[in-house]
Amino acid sequence: MTITTETPQESFRLSMLFNDTRYRALTFQAIALLVLIAAVAFLFSNLMANLEKAGLNISFEFLGAPSGYDINQTLIDYNSQSSNLRAAWVGIINTLLVAFLACITATFFGVTAGVLRLSNNWLVSKLMSFYVEIFRNIPVLIWLIIIYTVITGVLPGARAYLGETPDKELLFGLFAFTNRGVYAPAPIWGDGSGIVVATFIASIIGVFLYRRYATKLLYDTGKLLPTGWPSLAILIVPSILMFYVMGQPIGLDSPDPLANRFNLKGGIQIGAPLLALWFALSIYTGAFIAENVRAGIQAVSKGQTEAAAALGLRPRRVMNLVVLPQALRVIIPPLISQYLNITKNSSLAIAVGYADITATLGGITLNQTGRAIECVILLMLFYLVISLSISSIMNVYNNAMKLKER
Amino acid sequence: MSLEGQSLRQFDSASKWSGKTVCSKADIQEEVIMKKTVFLGALTVAGLAAGVAAAGTLDDVKARGKLNCGVTTGLVGFAAPDANGEWSGFDVAVCRAVAAAVLGDGNAVEFVPTTGKTRFTALASGEIDMLARNTTWTFSRDVDLKFTFVGVNYYDGQGFMAPKELGVSSAKELDGATVCIQTGTTTELNLADFFRANNISYEPVPIETNSEAQQQYLAGACDVFTTDASGLAATRATFENPGDHILLPEIVSKEPLGPLVRHGDNEWGDAVRWTLNALITAEELGVTSANIADMSASAGNNPEINRLLGTEGNLGEMLGLSADWAKNAIAVSGNYGEIFEKNIGESTPIGLARGLNAQWTDGGLIYSPPFR
Amino acid sequence: MSNSNSSPVAFVRETFLDEQPAPTSAAGPVKWVKDNLFPTWANALLTVVALYMVYVLLSSSMPWLLSGVWNAESLAGCREVLDGQTGACFAVLTERWNQLLFGFKYPPDQYWRPTLAFALMFAALAPVLFFDLPRKLLIVTALFPFVAYWLIWGGTILAPIFALLGVIAGYVVYERFVKGSFAAGFLGGVAAAFVVWIIGGMLIPEGASENALLSAVPSRDLGGFMLNMMLGLTCVSLSVPLGIALALGRQSDLPLIKVICVVFIEFIRGVPLITLLFVASVMLSYFFPPNTGVDLFLRVVIMITMFSAAYIAEVIRGGLAALPKGQYEAADSLGLDYAQAMRLIILPQALKISIPGIVNVAVGLFKDTVLVSVISMFDLVGMIRGPIVASTDWNGIYWELYLFASVLFFVVCYGISQYSQWLERRLATDHR
Repeated sequence: MTITTETPQESFRLSMLFNDTRYRALTFQAIALLVLIAAVAFLFSNLMANLEKAGLNISFEFLGAPSGYDINQTLIDYNSQSSNLRAAWVGIINTLLVAFLACITATFFGVTAGVLRLSNNWLVSKLMSFYVEIFRNIPVLIWLIIIYTVITGVLPGARAYLGETPDKELLFGLFAFTNRGVYAPAPIWGDGSGIVVATFIASIIGVFLYRRYATKLLYDTGKLLPTGWPSLAILIVPSILMFYVMGQPIGLDSPDPLANRFNLKGGIQIGAPLLALWFALSIYTGAFIAENVRAGIQAVSKGQTEAAAALGLRPRRVMNLVVLPQALRVIIPPLISQYLNITKNSSLAIAVGYADITATLGGITLNQTGRAIECVILLMLFYLVISLSISSIMNVYNNAMKLKER
Repeated sequence: MSLEGQSLRQFDSASKWSGKTVCSKADIQEEVIMKKTVFLGALTVAGLAAGVAAAGTLDDVKARGKLNCGVTTGLVGFAAPDANGEWSGFDVAVCRAVAAAVLGDGNAVEFVPTTGKTRFTALASGEIDMLARNTTWTFSRDVDLKFTFVGVNYYDGQGFMAPKELGVSSAKELDGATVCIQTGTTTELNLADFFRANNISYEPVPIETNSEAQQQYLAGACDVFTTDASGLAATRATFENPGDHILLPEIVSKEPLGPLVRHGDNEWGDAVRWTLNALITAEELGVTSANIADMSASAGNNPEINRLLGTEGNLGEMLGLSADWAKNAIAVSGNYGEIFEKNIGESTPIGLARGLNAQWTDGGLIYSPPFR
Repeated sequence: MSNSNSSPVAFVRETFLDEQPAPTSAAGPVKWVKDNLFPTWANALLTVVALYMVYVLLSSSMPWLLSGVWNAESLAGCREVLDGQTGACFAVLTERWNQLLFGFKYPPDQYWRPTLAFALMFAALAPVLFFDLPRKLLIVTALFPFVAYWLIWGGTILAPIFALLGVIAGYVVYERFVKGSFAAGFLGGVAAAFVVWIIGGMLIPEGASENALLSAVPSRDLGGFMLNMMLGLTCVSLSVPLGIALALGRQSDLPLIKVICVVFIEFIRGVPLITLLFVASVMLSYFFPPNTGVDLFLRVVIMITMFSAAYIAEVIRGGLAALPKGQYEAADSLGLDYAQAMRLIILPQALKISIPGIVNVAVGLFKDTVLVSVISMFDLVGMIRGPIVASTDWNGIYWELYLFASVLFFVVCYGISQYSQWLERRLATDHR
């Protein structure tokens, strides 16, 4: 509501009515404050009058009451006797989950498409432009519905995998792709699995140390160590050795077609709504990221590439050492705002029945309790906190880049 | 009609006094001079507006000459627009009857489609005068949300539909099944209670609209579909092969559906309540859209019919309506039984039997207090 | 070799050889294919994969598209015609064409009104979009909102006329006083407009809409793609001035005004549009004075305008920041006050830089208008998800409808983004 008062305020500030520049600023701000207070008071009194008229009140007590409904995909313990607040937490975690997953895959799609669009292969670059244009120019809600329809319409039902003689076999005996979602095996952590995991983490650190050493050696002596294969070996070999040394402590709990007459049981299930939302958000946002990547690479002037080539660098090194570091500075700020968009667009979950915060707190809880004002306020607060956190990370990054620039 | 004209004039003077910029809900299209004007205008003359038109809903509706009635966004048989945008259905008929009783014209209704989310706000904020959107009468909606349910026009209960090939004969066999639910109703809560009480597990798939739930169900993305039994019948009726699907015998909840109004406006609540009762009584007394013209022409032998149709006594006046209010209400689309048969009865594709919704004289629950 | 002495310098050719065509391997389609599709092994592999993808896409969609049924009464009718073969049922588009475009409640005999308004829209937009057209055409643009309002909503013609008179009065007063001070001109203009509107409101007789030339259509009867276009156009055009004000406010030296603008912008940008639409549908009516039911269309316009204004403000702020400091200093050294400096020096340049960004926001906003389907407004997607798919005739049909919606949005959004690119090239006079 504040906005409607701004245009006049703005002009008040500009006016020559108060000719003393020392006081003029104060005068205008005082007027602005008064108008703001008046507007807020006006809206608030309306709210109170309306609520009183309808006999309602503002109360957050409903958050403690049992929600009464079940949720399909939860990462924390939840059942229909849990409180509405707990349901909201489930929603928050689900929102963050789908946003996190979609950010990773969208970056993958975006970078791939952005780089391929600059490829000198005519067909591939045209195909990528087609992808970018078609996804950028059609609303994400339509894509989401289309993708959800594709998943439910094209993939087989869960029953095809069930029974003694199923129509379809599990892929490698481990995976099932059904229109209810993807079933995958879940690891079973036995005795000594902690040591295997610890070995794996140590190997990751080992890879970093090795790479660092290789770089140092390169700078100090000019000797070039291979990095690709050794890194992979350091990463995998010790863990596999430890796995067998400890007597195969990590098992797999694969989906069982015989446990239930309706569904596969066991393992991890990624529900179709999550899958649809995840895929739709990543492929839609990927198209935008592709444009950012392309713009970033094109922003590096050709002279840089030519200079690097003149120094005798090979094309891959030109890309890695000269073009990418410069392009990244252009790419990353819009990339982060795309991540922000993913988080906000994940609120479309409501269209496919994925239990994110908009669907739990802003959907079923709101419907069941009728506490519209309270729910919507909490909902906006949550998104605001997320957005502000992401933008503050962005500001930190921008400042860091700024310092390096000079 | 004279009464209507009179209050219209009253309203005229009121809105002239406050200037055209007050955006009263009366006739929005006229008031919206320009979007900006209205918004700024609404702010500037807000103080004046508060003083105007604080009368009851009944007077508001009469002054406006239109009833704003909240309905669903589309459920075949209950409320759905056809290819020409004309609304029809069981709930719609109630709206039309109220409009006819209050305004004398069954078409003087503005149908406002509402979702499960928006319906209560729309009613509480005065955007609609009454809600006839298969809404279940529950304690919290009545007491906590401050709405008055004026009666029950359909006794429903939540049921399950499953494909025949699944070989399920009872909802208690559904352990581990995936269940499609249409959200925004009491359905989710009943479902959770049922499965919890029987100590079996399930996976809910909440879906916004009935048609999307149906699509998911037909594609096999869920094993069973649950919603009100009437809705299931309506949905099954539209399938390519309705015979391949069965309704499970369990009805897991009581769903008394009925029109509702805001708390605290008893005059208006009475008008809606007794319009509904008039439709029910008319069926009981054998007053139909076919014979109503004859019956209301002059007083007959049955005093209750006479009182109902206004040929005897002054019930209409007591309600603040014209004497022939009930006649108008019944004339629009017939009595309760006719409305039922025309929209959801056994001759329609939806094919619901009267069951609980038969008159009390036929062993049902439909029962109206006497008109005296 | 033997008679080489007949010409002393036999190795020098005295006439030019006729130009030979390049070898087939270095010219023509073969070379093009070699260079562009199969330059290296990796690239060739990519090409093959891409070709396969194209094949899969076409082979799965083409039979369906080409054997589509355009004439049938219902989905069942379509299935009968197709007789078990794959094929689209485009009959739903022909049968529900008007509903998809205008919603299901707009009076059918009045369809010419929004259609005419749509045609006029191009005339109104042309002078804004293409600077080469004579500036006088801007009069059409200025008149368009009033004409379009009257065409779409109908009712008494006096309402838009008085609205227009108010704007004219405001403009005249503004012109009269702006020489003295911008603030006086601006406030005077606004006041004059309000006086005319209020007087005009009183002059319009009650019931004028009932027997007006064009019958009145309430705004909840609007729907279909028309609703998307209207929301997009109205909200973008309202949010540009608001965005400018917010951007200037955010750059302001006055801490309080700056804080208000920053809080507003960051708040709006921090929440998804869908929650703002929830506000419009379930909360906003509580904030208006009791008994002033502001209808849903207006509430949605308010929220979407606020939403896009915050984004446009950020784009314009970028434009303001991109201007060299010298421009601000030059304006100051000429003795211009803040209003003059902004109006004459800063904003024209800043807006020019911001235009592509604003167009991007506009495209995004236009796409986002489909979200109103979530709050039970029957825009294009709302029509598809609601009345059409729910009807007994077309129950079970999806692809054809969403394909249609996609095509409509693609045509409009792609058109706008092509314009934006053209404009960028056009305005990029000083680069490269």
